[in-house]
Amino acid sequence: MINRQSGGKSKFRLLRERYADRTFTIAAVTILILSILAVVYPLYFIVIASISDPNAVYEGKVWLFPSGVTFEGYQRILTDGRIWSGLTNTVIYTVLGTAISVSTILCGAYALSRKDMPGRKFLMLLFVITMFFDGGLITKYLVVKDLGMLNTVWAVVLPGAVGVWNLIIARSFFEHTIPNELREAAQMDGANDFRFFFQMVLPLSKPLIMLMIMVHVVANWNSFFDALIFLNDDSKYPLQLVLRNILIQSDVSSTGTTGGDIASYAAAQRIAELTKYAMIVVSSLPLMIALPFMQKHFTKGMMIGAVK
Amino acid sequence: MSQSKPAALRRFSKSPKKRKVPFSLQLKKILAAWQLYVLLIPALAYIVIFKYWPMYGVQIAFRNYNPTDGFTGSQWVGLKHFIRFVNSYQFTEVLGNTIWIAVLGLLIAFPVPIILALLVNGLQSEKFKKFTQTVLYSPAFISTVVVVGMMFVLLSPRSGLVNNAIQLAGGEPIFFMGSPDWFRPVYLISDIWQNAGFSMIVYLAALAGIDPALHDAAKVDGASKLQRMRHIDLPGIMPMVTVLFILAIGNLLNVGFEKALLMQTPLNLANSEIIQTYVYHAGLQQAQFSYSAAIGLFNSVLNLVLLLIFNRVARRANQATLW
Repeated sequence: MINRQSGGKSKFRLLRERYADRTFTIAAVTILILSILAVVYPLYFIVIASISDPNAVYEGKVWLFPSGVTFEGYQRILTDGRIWSGLTNTVIYTVLGTAISVSTILCGAYALSRKDMPGRKFLMLLFVITMFFDGGLITKYLVVKDLGMLNTVWAVVLPGAVGVWNLIIARSFFEHTIPNELREAAQMDGANDFRFFFQMVLPLSKPLIMLMIMVHVVANWNSFFDALIFLNDDSKYPLQLVLRNILIQSDVSSTGTTGGDIASYAAAQRIAELTKYAMIVVSSLPLMIALPFMQKHFTKGMMIGAVK
Repeated sequence: MSQSKPAALRRFSKSPKKRKVPFSLQLKKILAAWQLYVLLIPALAYIVIFKYWPMYGVQIAFRNYNPTDGFTGSQWVGLKHFIRFVNSYQFTEVLGNTIWIAVLGLLIAFPVPIILALLVNGLQSEKFKKFTQTVLYSPAFISTVVVVGMMFVLLSPRSGLVNNAIQLAGGEPIFFMGSPDWFRPVYLISDIWQNAGFSMIVYLAALAGIDPALHDAAKVDGASKLQRMRHIDLPGIMPMVTVLFILAIGNLLNVGFEKALLMQTPLNLANSEIIQTYVYHAGLQQAQFSYSAAIGLFNSVLNLVLLLIFNRVARRANQATLW
């Protein structure tokens, strides 16, 4: 590695290079640690603020540790009917939406992965076009309305059911992992396409199925916009829409008022703020708990996507 | 070479593509694959109903839509709605706001995950690598509603964390969510906060595919870490960067619609009203279906044109392209 001829000089150069590398490593690690803190601190603050005395939060006394621990915020949430109905609806929409999306995508992607299906290129093109051109929000709304789906479960779970990007990922997974010889062998043994797909392909595609389920659970759990435009009955609102109405809308209506605050009004405001912190924690907790479990599948899935 | 072959053989050496497959054979192939078509039916039905039907319905942008006459029966008015939009006083404001957010996102938010991936990839400790990765991408799992909700609480002028810190440092509290000037910075920073870590993973996957022998060779030649990053890692992920860049361009004017809508307050509308939120307000809240469909179409076409232009530019520059 060291050029013997230039002796001391090269040793010096090597040292200098090591020094440069070390400076670089220190800079990189510092930047990453700062990024981690920037990501974690707001989340951490929300958690400690949610169990702190609202007055302490209001006066800016809460920085690193909760102060005057109280669970009032959480108690209020647990007794709030809107949250419970939102949660129930979200669970229903998530389960139904995920089941529909995943089964549609897996079946469709497998068919499109079969090179011996006549018209495959044309059919694929039909899907890809929709990635780059879109009829727009208004016509989508009118179509859902014409179908008589407004204010029903179907308006929440169907219009966004199949993402073409996910379809492409699933298709390339099948193309890369299901060998042609396997199909030929199965055909030889008399298995038709249905049987081969359900009894051979699906059991071999567990990582893909896991990935698709998780992608859709997260997306369904977090979505609010379709519910916002297609539902008008409060009792059908998913959790995210309930959260929006409490966290954001209520804030808008109250932000403008400064001065002339009555003490009791201010106190009520503070408790409302406390509830907001608790609400953020409660609504994000399920996915955050599942994250370490999901991580492995997500990174694997991103690799499938990256291979293309 | 084909000249030396006897005439009888020459006929068969033609490329098989040019030979016409008899129709009956094609039909047989199609019939043999019927089960595959059945598997495809749900997905196909989906795009026909929820993608192509709305696309067909986009003609209401050129009509005066009324529900009883439907997509095709309503009165044809040509470009009336487009002209009205272009001449309306909101046109420059809405278009300007959309382009501002899109361009800022592309210039500032787009490179962040690339830099993060390069830094994380250069780490020696596998444990720290994994930890950083997990932490940085966890915000991607928080919903947009909650992220915007967090903004409202943390940036609140009365009790928010940020304003408490500003006051502690002796500054005046800032009403972030109520001022047009703060809309873009807050939007951009929160976007990076939430998405940079997740986007980083794709680049990390691409970096993992780079041949380690290249690094070893460069090390022998005395290349420093920074040099290796610039001359091996960066060129190695360039195709991925280009493809994602073109995709970002193709989605340029659609980005962040939901978040912009959630972040809107009556006080910051001057900078937060973008084309799609305008479509939402004019179309669904005020029921001006044709007018807002025209604006939506304007947006889609602009997007498509941008995508085509950039794909061509990338091809000219001999970079990776979408097609």
